[in-house]
Amino acid sequence: MRRLFRILFFLIVVGAGAFWVLSRPETLPTDAMAGLTADPGHGETVFWAGGCASCHAAPGAQGDDRLVLAGGYRIESPFGTFVAPNISPSEAGIGNWSAEDLANALIRGVSPGGEHYYPALPYTTYAHMTLQDVADLKAFMDTLPASDTANQPHELSFPFTVRRGLGLWKRLYLTEDWVLPAQTPEIERGRYLVEALGHCAECHTPRNQFGGLDKTRWLQGAPNPSGKGQIPGIAPGKLDWTAEDIAYYLESGFTPDFDSAGGEMADVVSNMAHLTPEDRAAIAIYIKAVPEAK
Amino acid sequence: MTLKATLIAGLAAASVIASAGLGLAQEEKKNPVVEARQSLMHLYAFNLGLLGGMAKGEIEYDAEAAGAAASNLAALAATDQTRIWAEGTDNATLGDSTEALPAIWENSDDFAAKRTALVEASATMADAAGGGLEGLRGAMGALGGACGGCHKAYRK
Repeated sequence: MRRLFRILFFLIVVGAGAFWVLSRPETLPTDAMAGLTADPGHGETVFWAGGCASCHAAPGAQGDDRLVLAGGYRIESPFGTFVAPNISPSEAGIGNWSAEDLANALIRGVSPGGEHYYPALPYTTYAHMTLQDVADLKAFMDTLPASDTANQPHELSFPFTVRRGLGLWKRLYLTEDWVLPAQTPEIERGRYLVEALGHCAECHTPRNQFGGLDKTRWLQGAPNPSGKGQIPGIAPGKLDWTAEDIAYYLESGFTPDFDSAGGEMADVVSNMAHLTPEDRAAIAIYIKAVPEAK
Repeated sequence: MTLKATLIAGLAAASVIASAGLGLAQEEKKNPVVEARQSLMHLYAFNLGLLGGMAKGEIEYDAEAAGAAASNLAALAATDQTRIWAEGTDNATLGDSTEALPAIWENSDDFAAKRTALVEASATMADAAGGGLEGLRGAMGALGGACGGCHKAYRK
């Protein structure tokens, strides 16, 4: 009997040790951003393409108010409700962050305090960003208005309150591999805009029971995580718009039938309207190159 | 059971079934306010379709046709819409036949401001559309913004 206890104790210690090692937050090398010169002008393009304002502007903000990144937007999910934090350049926001801090948040999903972020911050997408783009983005965000709105806590239940467990989740779902091959420079640019910045797949691709994206059904539509309704598929076979239709929709919000975007896509359109026509066309070409939905 | 009783029971059952069927048929018929509202949206889209088609380069630019579609749109947007947005015609009350959210009537000042944005953007388009493709394209952005601004907040 004593021997059995000893074995059990040994297994628990080994298991806990393995969990501790495997779930450890992993940051970028400390000199990852060394030697980069930031261009805030290009950072603005990264900002709009990355859709930061969609979640981090105060809910209902319009026009220039979308540049005040006070937070407060609520993301409902099967795991609980996430509340977007203040990321404006202030004490309450991320004013004292370095560019490295932002890179660790976006690319590794790790906070300056060394904790895992929840993937409500779509770092499985942003992990594909170049460090130069992160540096540019930080320089642009530093020029935005400060807000002193205090962060609200997420509303989650156990075991999702244990951030450490996300380390294991990241081992399964955080990868820098691309989903689509880049056959042309235009598709490659579109792929960067969709897979690294635009995070289209976070809503338009279905997830498995652990909340990981099902990449075999890339952009084929998914139930809305809030539980209400369905997010449409945009892969060929689900959406029959031409590339021109898609690009024009992203510019103006008008569908080919001249209905107009509503809901969260209205926000996406107001972000995409800031991109160049070439970038919107590249996104459209990428979408048309996605494997057809059966 | 006598024949008479059977007949009465049968008639009663039939009338219950019939009235249930009637009720169903009535439910399927759209609320006239919703019908009128959706027709107005279709008329917006019909005129926008020509302007947008020209902006996209799918339809060849024609100053006269563009001007006519744009002034139609401006006129439609400026009509009195008090009855078309009658209270009690939201999707919480009427179900899936409409996508109009109750928030329209909870934030009537903001809704009115968004409506004004559409009236203004369509008036700008009416001034611009007949004067060349560049002007038409330029006015399209604000128009899209006005449509989207309202749909984002007030349509399901």
